[in-house]
Amino acid sequence: MRITQGTFSFLPDLSDEQIASQIRYALGRGWAISVEHTDDPHPRNAYWELWGQPLFDLDAAHAEVAMREVRACREAHPAAYVKLIAYDASRGRQTTALSFIVGRPPDEPGFRLERRDAHDRTMRYGLHAYAADRPAGRRYAGGDGAGAR
Amino acid sequence: MNASTDETGRDRWAAGVTPYAEMGYYDADYEPKDTDVLAAFRVTPQPGVDPVEAAAAVAGESSTATWTVVWTDRLTDHEHYQAKAYDVEPVPGREGEYIAKIAYDLDLFEEGSIANLTSSIIGNVFGFKALRALRLEDMRIPAHYVKTFPGPPHGLVMEREYLDKFGRPLLGATVKPKLGLSARNYGRVVYEALRGGLDFTKDDENINSQPFMRWRDRYLYAIEGVNRASASTGEVKGHYMNVTAATMEDMYERAELARELGSVIIMVDLTVGYTALQSMSNWARRNGVLLHLHRAGHGTYTRQKTHGVSFRVIAKWCRLLGVDHLHAGTVVGKLEGDPAIVRGYYDTLRLDRVAANPETGVQFDQDWVSTPAVMPVASGGIHAGQMHQLLHHLGEDVVLQFGGGTIGHPMGIAAGATANRVAVEAMIQARNEGRDVLHEGPEILQRAAGDCPELRAALQVWKDITFDFEATDTPDLVVTPMAS
Repeated sequence: MRITQGTFSFLPDLSDEQIASQIRYALGRGWAISVEHTDDPHPRNAYWELWGQPLFDLDAAHAEVAMREVRACREAHPAAYVKLIAYDASRGRQTTALSFIVGRPPDEPGFRLERRDAHDRTMRYGLHAYAADRPAGRRYAGGDGAGAR
Repeated sequence: MNASTDETGRDRWAAGVTPYAEMGYYDADYEPKDTDVLAAFRVTPQPGVDPVEAAAAVAGESSTATWTVVWTDRLTDHEHYQAKAYDVEPVPGREGEYIAKIAYDLDLFEEGSIANLTSSIIGNVFGFKALRALRLEDMRIPAHYVKTFPGPPHGLVMEREYLDKFGRPLLGATVKPKLGLSARNYGRVVYEALRGGLDFTKDDENINSQPFMRWRDRYLYAIEGVNRASASTGEVKGHYMNVTAATMEDMYERAELARELGSVIIMVDLTVGYTALQSMSNWARRNGVLLHLHRAGHGTYTRQKTHGVSFRVIAKWCRLLGVDHLHAGTVVGKLEGDPAIVRGYYDTLRLDRVAANPETGVQFDQDWVSTPAVMPVASGGIHAGQMHQLLHHLGEDVVLQFGGGTIGHPMGIAAGATANRVAVEAMIQARNEGRDVLHEGPEILQRAAGDCPELRAALQVWKDITFDFEATDTPDLVVTPMAS
């Protein structure tokens, strides 16, 4: 399966030039750029690992600085999910403005839906990433090809 | 206005009928206070009725007055409680219509009660014989009063963080057919639409608990569809469970089950009334469940330009009383919506400060003093081929709901959902890359369709579908477009 979190997961994977273009847009609006990675892609995992501090005050002409961080994070974590975040600190927002996946494990086994019968035909549901059975850091090692859409 | 006799020498307190304007309900010199509630009415007096007297009558009947002088006014600081019409202007180009601005002291209203606010402002005056028609165009709610309302249970920012979805419009679909599906079949539509790429599916306004599908069964199957789709995509998904019912007790019962099943969102119809909405808003805040409001019934009183209540006022009341989602128009779809007027609704729901703007029909500056924003919802006759227009008119903080535009896809429901999702992502990507999406939109969609047969089919099926009718509710001031 292909995890479709993030703004552009239904498009073909963005090229580095396309990613840089999104970074330029974000910087042009005064947003900070940060890079995060995880091997626990549960949709409620709000805290992916930070790849350094967010890049505040980066000039739109220096999108390449942020691209270097994207590449470095992908190289350090080739079997993890990597996402790029643009953060809007303006009052009334103070939240993520754009967030999209820029790196994926070669194989994405996806999630098991766990069901537990409860009272009166109700059900308790839980999502369980198959990969999360293994310890952190060894979850997506290997894999044999690109995940299907 | 302390004189006890008017210019005709008539005693202000003599028993009998005195014109409202002479009783203090019109005061051209009145300077509205920062704490006043202001209302702008479009007044169409009967032939021969003086517009100033008509405006004063509206001020009088929506505050302290009755049809005749009452001596018991003198037991009060009556001038304090009188509403004052302070500005009456003819509407350019619309004979017989006037915009009357009326100021109400804050003391006239109960804190945090939309029921009280509306009973005061629209309670009695709309049936007034001396008026041919009356429309409440806008209100200015002073910050002092805004702060007595809790506002949206979560608001637009919290919703995005909760759903982990940023930087693009959210996508939804109303399950169709509106009536008749069994609960099990209904859940199938939920599952297919969500796994295909939508963020939300939705009960329609008139899906409550009918003989063909009772609410409890619908909830059980819909939540199965939601969780299946979440597992197959790794995304948070939701189905708006409509809790609208005959009594508050029934609504609470339904909302409780939705919460227990883990639904991220419930919905309610505007038809339940403002008090019930405020109760559901409190419930939603207490339980961490998003609240979607369907504006069912509003067209009966919002659509006509000369009579009723503008939807921008309804939107304002709903942001005060507190909902997370509110239907606010599509511009391009099947339901009424002049582009400029709709922009005024969206501004009212999303901005922290809204400036008076004759182009959008907004009559007053409104400061929301950090009340969270409401997520507007665009629903009704829209499809993937309009994505560039939707993004242009409505922006990215909106839920775009493609019901027929998902479920009617020739390759199936999931394919319809995929077409919409690919279209929105491609359009956002292009916009961020600096493309002029309004003009290059069709080309951007065609290019995206090259990688996506689902989008290709959607563009083919709905390529010529537009709903191009003249709007009835239009701004008084129309800006002539610049030559492009």
